[in-house]
Amino acid sequence: MTRILAVDDSASMRQMVAFTLKGGGFDVVEASDGVEALELAKENDCDLVLTDVNMPNMDGIELTKELRGLANYKFVPILMLTTESGMDKKTEGRAAGATGWIVKPFNPDQLLSTIKKVLG
Amino acid sequence: MSIDLSQFHQVFFEESFEGLDTMESGLLELDIADIDDEIINTIFRAAHSIKGGSATFGFNVVAEFTHVIETLLDEVRAGTRSINQEEVDLFLQSVDCLRDLLQGLQNKEEVDEAQASELRTQFEIILGSESVDAVDQKTSSETNTGWLIKFKPESHILRTGNEPLRMFWQLEALGKVRITSITDEMPSFAGMNVELCYFSWEIEVTGDNISKESITEVFEWIEDEAEIVLTSLGNDSIEQDSPKSEAIDTEASKQETLKAAVPKIETQAPIKEDKKAKPAARNAKEFGSIRVDIDKIDTMINMVGELVITQSMLGQIGEEFTFDKLGKLQEGLQDLERNVAILHESVMRIRMLPISFTLSRFPRMVRDMSRQLDKKIELVLKGENTELDKTVMEKIGDPLVHLLRNSLDHGIELPELRRKAGKPETGTINLEAFHQGGNVVIEISDDGAGLNKEKIRAKAIENGVISENEALTQDQINDLIFQPGFSTAEVVTDVSGRGVGMDVVRRNIQSLGGTVSVKSEPGVGSTFTITLPLTLAILDGQLVRVGKEIYIFPLVSIVESLSADANQVNKVVGANDVLKLRDEFIPIIPLYETFGIEPDSRHLKDSLIVVVESEKMKVGLMVDELLAQQQVVIKSLESNYQSVGGISGATILGDGTISLILDIPGVVKLAEKYLNYAGVAA
Repeated sequence: MTRILAVDDSASMRQMVAFTLKGGGFDVVEASDGVEALELAKENDCDLVLTDVNMPNMDGIELTKELRGLANYKFVPILMLTTESGMDKKTEGRAAGATGWIVKPFNPDQLLSTIKKVLG
Repeated sequence: MSIDLSQFHQVFFEESFEGLDTMESGLLELDIADIDDEIINTIFRAAHSIKGGSATFGFNVVAEFTHVIETLLDEVRAGTRSINQEEVDLFLQSVDCLRDLLQGLQNKEEVDEAQASELRTQFEIILGSESVDAVDQKTSSETNTGWLIKFKPESHILRTGNEPLRMFWQLEALGKVRITSITDEMPSFAGMNVELCYFSWEIEVTGDNISKESITEVFEWIEDEAEIVLTSLGNDSIEQDSPKSEAIDTEASKQETLKAAVPKIETQAPIKEDKKAKPAARNAKEFGSIRVDIDKIDTMINMVGELVITQSMLGQIGEEFTFDKLGKLQEGLQDLERNVAILHESVMRIRMLPISFTLSRFPRMVRDMSRQLDKKIELVLKGENTELDKTVMEKIGDPLVHLLRNSLDHGIELPELRRKAGKPETGTINLEAFHQGGNVVIEISDDGAGLNKEKIRAKAIENGVISENEALTQDQINDLIFQPGFSTAEVVTDVSGRGVGMDVVRRNIQSLGGTVSVKSEPGVGSTFTITLPLTLAILDGQLVRVGKEIYIFPLVSIVESLSADANQVNKVVGANDVLKLRDEFIPIIPLYETFGIEPDSRHLKDSLIVVVESEKMKVGLMVDELLAQQQVVIKSLESNYQSVGGISGATILGDGTISLILDIPGVVKLAEKYLNYAGVAA
């Protein structure tokens, strides 16, 4: 089963994302910040990482950099959840090795179609 | 697939209210002259999450409003903008406004957007641009029957997780695709790095009405990391020119993103049609869910584990019961009883929350009101972690607000008056919560003018509460302020209202089974003391042993524990011994004597002395041994037995024995005959 790591400090967003993905037939691992996500990423082999940018402890940019440094996550798609005001963050995210982004707000259908786009 | 987003609303509201609290306390803490990164980041993140959530869940009013707030915060955070006090005030007002909006939405009421849009305009003025609304730019709808795409990604493209093959699949969904691989830059086998991409491609896509956007969208994520040239192949293009090449510029992508950003929420879950919505909670704060400390849950899970073990043990006994197993059965049943009791308590403890939930909004209130009144006031909060039953907490908020307002308005004088009276210009209000016996005590004290005895008396006579020549003590006079319709404020202000206060405060507190009293000294200040009975209170206790009994001292009352030296102790004729501790004389109360039990030793040199503080006086209690410190659940003695002097309650220890909790002021009272002498000696 395709496993997705969903990272967001906002519980409601995380629940929504996780619920949507599970409904789409994916296995979901949830983390509430970058530090937790990194730990979970090491413990579980994930096929895709979906991360918020602004988070306490470790933000999405830093998380992406860290993940790309791990052998298992060199080529794994990493998608960032950003807002329209986050243009700089997009550039920063790309520099850190992010695959792409999903612009907030999104609805469950948009989320799934984007996910399917990178998982082929 | 359609998902009902309303199932996440409750979580969203809760975390948003928390976020607003975070923003508020952050803003109050923020030093505008020297902005702390951590604080401003925290504020920003809170606003950001609220915006993200509200947009996702379709609360556009909130989303649009938080968007401007977030934009401004982002500039402050990035250091491109400083912030002044007015702006902080504006932020604080917005926090209030958002709270109202969210509460309205949560209760599914009509929300008043006027204030939000007014505040929003102010933010837009500060931001100096009208373009905070993402402008819905017209997007070109250039379509064609065919496109030629030259696609040359940078060699590191794979390392960002972007796989060109997936882009080809997406193009295939648009029309017929013919791909030519260009391998000019392929190095020799030896020089090849397996992680790099050396290919580039020419791709022809043909089909009906293929829009340019649909193609640029495929390459959206990598447009900065690849050379992408689009050439139209067909001739029904809008531009009829010869094949026109155009790189996807960032402008186009910006439009793209902006367009996506404007929340067009018609696809969202239909909120209005939510038939199975629960009956709207009238006041969400009272009926909402509760967040529980993980430790408390762990304790409960542990206890459930114990129960399972006990149950399986009993099950085994029951399967092949013989009479000689009776002892074991009884033992097992006792275990079961104890475990169930502990589990019951743990469950009850879930309802206990730190009082900071209520107190946290007070700094803001004091700040706003002292400005309004032109006073300088500092609020000092103590004992914020004191735990209180959730229901009590919800109901104590209003009386506290009222008392606080009272201190602000009537208690603390204007700076000028204070200077004349020889006091610091800034007045101080202390708000302290602590456990005393089985009660939670909340004290609000100010260093203001104190109650005006003459004025209260005159007013009481005027209102016919007392007769003209009735003799009253100071305390009785002070107590008059809790009579209905009593206000001594010379001018009725918006802050303290019209004197419909103190009697309501007392009534509310009494309805919780508590009491409120006031002590006041003219020119020095007033102290309001609220005492709330609490059968469920959790207490940090020090276990001590006297003879065979184990008593519990409330940890907060203990100053120090020591073993006394003979030369530190003075004998006082006809009274108890007095301990000379540094410069103080502390009367010693032997607990065995007070409670009439048999100790290990009646000699000071073999005992320990626990110095405790009781109502601003120190006493030393003589015990045999100090044991562990632990949290105990207070059981009311009154409801299970009867009130006992010197004992505030009881608890059940881990091994099932009952231990009494000392009421220090009560113990002192029991031993008072000695203390009178000791007072003279000291």
